[in-house]
Amino acid sequence: MNTKNNYLTLSGLEPLVVRPESNFINVGERTNVTGSKKFARLIRENKYEEALSVARQQVENGAQIIDINMDDALLDGVQAMTTFVNLVQSEPDIAKVPIMLDSSKFEIIEAGLKCVQGKCIVNSISMKEGEEKFIEQAIICKSYGAAVIVMAFDEKGQADTKERKVTICHKAYKILTEQVGFAPQDIIFDPNIFAIATGLEEHNNYAVDFIEAIREIKQLMPLTNISGGVSNLSFSFRGNEAVREAMHAVFLYHAIRAGMTMGIVNAGQLAVYDEIDPQLRELCEDVILNRKNDNNEATEKLLAFAETVKSEGKTKKKDDSWRKNPVEERLKHALVNGITDYIDEDTEEARLKYPRPLEVIEGPLMAGMDVVGDLFGAGKMFLPQVVKSARVMKKSVAWLTPFIEEEKLTNPAALSGSAGKILLATVKGDVHDIGKNIVGVVLGCNGYEIIDLGVMVPTDKLLDTADRENVDIIGVSGLITPSLDEMVHVAQEMKRRNMKQPLLIGGATTSRIHTAVKIAPQYDNGVLHVLDASRSVTAVSSLLGREKEELLRKTGKEYEDLREQFSKKHKKELIPYHQAITNKESLDWSSYQPVKPATEGVKVLKDFDLSSIAKYIDWGPFFIAWEMPGHFPQVLTHEKFGAEATKLHNDALAMVEKIVNEKWFTADGVVGFWPANSDNADTVTVRTPDGDVKLESLRQQLKKAANHYNFSLADFIMPASYGHDYMGAFAVTIHNVQTHIDRFLADMDDYNKILVQILGDRFVEAFAECLHRHTRKEFWGYASDENLTNDELISEKYQGIRPAPGYPACPDHTEKYKLFKMLNVTENIGIRLTDHLAMDPPASVCGWYIAHPKSHYFGVGKIDRTQTEDYAKRKGMKIEEVEKWLGTVLQ
Amino acid sequence: MSELRSLLNKRILILDGAMGTMIQKHKLKEEDYRGERFKDWHKDVKGNNDLLSITRPEIISSIHKQYLEAGADIIETNTFNSTSISQADYDMQELAYELNVAAAKCARAAIDEYLVNHQSPITNPKFVAGAIGPLNKTLSLSPDVNNPDYRAVTFDEVVDAYYEQISGLVDGGVDVLLIETIFDTLNAKAAIFAVKKYFREHPENEKEIMISGTITDASGRTLSGQTLEAFYISIAHANPLSVGVNCALGAKEMRAHVEELSQIANCYVSAYPNAGLPNAMGEYDEAPEMTAGFLGEWAQHGFINIVGGCCGTTPDHIREVAKAVKGLKPREAFLEYKD
Repeated sequence: MNTKNNYLTLSGLEPLVVRPESNFINVGERTNVTGSKKFARLIRENKYEEALSVARQQVENGAQIIDINMDDALLDGVQAMTTFVNLVQSEPDIAKVPIMLDSSKFEIIEAGLKCVQGKCIVNSISMKEGEEKFIEQAIICKSYGAAVIVMAFDEKGQADTKERKVTICHKAYKILTEQVGFAPQDIIFDPNIFAIATGLEEHNNYAVDFIEAIREIKQLMPLTNISGGVSNLSFSFRGNEAVREAMHAVFLYHAIRAGMTMGIVNAGQLAVYDEIDPQLRELCEDVILNRKNDNNEATEKLLAFAETVKSEGKTKKKDDSWRKNPVEERLKHALVNGITDYIDEDTEEARLKYPRPLEVIEGPLMAGMDVVGDLFGAGKMFLPQVVKSARVMKKSVAWLTPFIEEEKLTNPAALSGSAGKILLATVKGDVHDIGKNIVGVVLGCNGYEIIDLGVMVPTDKLLDTADRENVDIIGVSGLITPSLDEMVHVAQEMKRRNMKQPLLIGGATTSRIHTAVKIAPQYDNGVLHVLDASRSVTAVSSLLGREKEELLRKTGKEYEDLREQFSKKHKKELIPYHQAITNKESLDWSSYQPVKPATEGVKVLKDFDLSSIAKYIDWGPFFIAWEMPGHFPQVLTHEKFGAEATKLHNDALAMVEKIVNEKWFTADGVVGFWPANSDNADTVTVRTPDGDVKLESLRQQLKKAANHYNFSLADFIMPASYGHDYMGAFAVTIHNVQTHIDRFLADMDDYNKILVQILGDRFVEAFAECLHRHTRKEFWGYASDENLTNDELISEKYQGIRPAPGYPACPDHTEKYKLFKMLNVTENIGIRLTDHLAMDPPASVCGWYIAHPKSHYFGVGKIDRTQTEDYAKRKGMKIEEVEKWLGTVLQ
Repeated sequence: MSELRSLLNKRILILDGAMGTMIQKHKLKEEDYRGERFKDWHKDVKGNNDLLSITRPEIISSIHKQYLEAGADIIETNTFNSTSISQADYDMQELAYELNVAAAKCARAAIDEYLVNHQSPITNPKFVAGAIGPLNKTLSLSPDVNNPDYRAVTFDEVVDAYYEQISGLVDGGVDVLLIETIFDTLNAKAAIFAVKKYFREHPENEKEIMISGTITDASGRTLSGQTLEAFYISIAHANPLSVGVNCALGAKEMRAHVEELSQIANCYVSAYPNAGLPNAMGEYDEAPEMTAGFLGEWAQHGFINIVGGCCGTTPDHIREVAKAVKGLKPREAFLEYKD
């Protein structure tokens, strides 16, 4: 199954896919004769070997692409480009990344294109010599299969104001996509970063113009990417690296938020936003955002500050005052700033201070890496810096390793043997892993060695690892319904590969009956459905002990009985689809007055207030996730686990407080409302500004008793013959949960890791609830006088519903495509659909809004071919395709 | 939609097997290769299999016919080395265009003969794929270890050579172009460049392109060092009808690559492995049933749209492969979303 994605893809020897979550792509700038005196000299003197090492350093320092420029009056540019690029191709360490061919002369760019097998970026083409030349060069780039950077430049000159930047980019976009046939994602705009703080007042707003322009460009042309040469910005501070680095870091911090996806930077030299001297940072912000800058006031202040730094010269960079701090602080400083100079001596000092060498890693080193992780997650540190931090960490660990080994020899207890090796993974196409992580921790606590491959794990990788690591048991997990098919695939592959290990099945959509009917028959050496983490321990210990044969025999028999029962009784009596339509619930439309939504079209809610979301948290599912079932708050006084539940609840409340106060999460949402009508059957036509969208519903086919109806969501929308009705849609997500999961993971703090992950899910559910309330009362406003308590909200006593595609009332996941398109979800709030239609980040919810007072939730239940045939026709999909997606509801 | 495309939506298509392996069986001698026309040629030409399209067309056509009888839907022209650059080994660079026209005609003639005794072309159409090979010189690698920036040939020379080959193939009447056995992606990019250029200048003759790369060993990379996904990204601008892998590996070693391609490609997927890995004698000895077993299993998993054979495969292999995939569903190129 493949869905076309719209990401910019590039390649060297290895692929580079620029995804929304890629954060920021660093393009190494040092292999540029106009920007690096050293590189220019090496090329001029024909010292290509040394010039190559400049490129290698860029890649080692984290450049994900390298920019190559040979524009020098003293050079034969075509020849220099050809020689250097050919040399790069023979160095796999460098050639693994894609190349950006940078020149103002197109012949030099083309010379480069002729030497690179991967997909390059051309930097740049523009309309400065008119449209005809622009089109001609674009066609050539396309013939070589390159992506292009388009400079905001036309015959009148380089665009400086926001308006000109946007207008020129938009015009270029239209020409490239409509006349040349460029894919939008292969277009990268460079809307010109100019020098600021030059003393000329007309330059003061340049950074603001750039940032505002890219915000608008991304809105207008969401699939395109934005790049820029960052060092231009600080041109007037040449020679003062401290100030320049600070300016670049502050600028990027704001530009990335506005949509900048890549930039040409010195990958080895980027200041950390949070580590910049606060006074300097403030001054940089004023200059970049053009604040407090009347009569160049901000510029003057920065210049004055720069003088003080300058007079201190290089000594400022070698500020060694941090060396006086305690060793823990020094290690942290070294990690955050990527300094390896003193790491051996500091590590040794810490080793002598702590009782065991391992505690140095678990203590100060991990604490330092946490800070790095936080800064990176917050966009205040970039990949190259993190690479440096990791290097410091590695060096330190390397120092400690011999001591740890020695300890193991003298103290064999530290070498505790493992009771068995368990391999865990969330299957391909699925990103949900809370349950799997809990299982991993519980089994880990019971002495098993856990290999956790994470989420979206292809079967091949899973089974290869199983072979290589010689594991004893394989466990797979998944939450969304397509994952069930993937598990069947895993079982088939295990059989094909003649594997011997038992296969454990777990996760929210899995069931004993599905395992028995669909998965177990595919694999002969044991398939077991494990209901929850606590049961996983018994299952695993039995499978690794003498009871194995007995357990497998018993389960096999049990599953066989289940299959038999299933085949006998699963054929519930269904009525043909056309008959089900006639048994629909006909609402009294003539007396119904639809309320026109107060909000027209789509509304994006970025960075929603976390404290108002937290009020809507439903604690019931929270305790279920921890395997403490029961109503809330009764669960807190449960006779068996009440005390633990209370403790857990307190920890959770403390974390919620931190999440809110320290802004651990970012909550982004989008809602939209449009006129809509049903067709008296199962199609709802929604009239969006981009044209009509037909939503297709599924209808119950179970034979009902008299006066009971066969429901479909379409029944709750007014048929066109009665006049206008409306419907809405929403998507919400909690960003940054992963940051904290990873933070706790690095800390080996499984408890808090799972706590934060579960709270991420609770937050997104609460957010959906909270937005639904805002929708009822304001955004749509059909129940503006509603006044319900939180308990009433949780028990859904309000008017209207918000069913989610993929869940019982509308079990077809593929309707999410339409919802995502109508709300522009990926661009607006960054949720991505995997090819199995799971949402990523996992803490995401989407659904439809329906307002009718009689609308209610229901499950579609089983349906048969009389409906899937009609449905396939309506959706323009093949029947096999439909059956694949609806596998779980087919009779 | 082209005839080929609509057929690909319905079933898995069968590509033919090895040409060289079949030619070897004829145990031809120097004078067989020369024929009357080249009897006084100043260089030995034995081994220039592509020359046989001119000197022994009946042999080439009969091999094509055997593959058609075995069930091939698409047959490849005998033009793997029919470029001015590769033919320079025999000093026959001047013959490049003629070799391509002659080879395309051999293939067409085989189909015409086949159709005389078989079903009508409407229910069972057959296609000629113009084979565009990788050249004996490469654009990404230096043949001189002491001179890593040296290249034995330039991009423009490669484009010109392929352009000439393409014009011969199209004039000879091929239905589709197949850029194959790609071990250096830059050579393939030059071929794509030439194809685009040719069809910009001859829009009335436009044909679809099939592309097939070669993963050389267990590293999972091409000879020029790219991973399979990087390779796919690098040639995706050709907007090919199909992308696939062939040569170097037997079906067993190729499986993971075919599965990966089936997951990332936004077009049809092809695969034509060798008949296993060569044995100690350098011969391919995988039995037809074995090759077919592997390919049938791929088809069952929905990995593929086009299957065939490369080095060492014979009409018997193709017959078994056709049997093994018969009636199995082709891979869906990608999920198209319609409003």
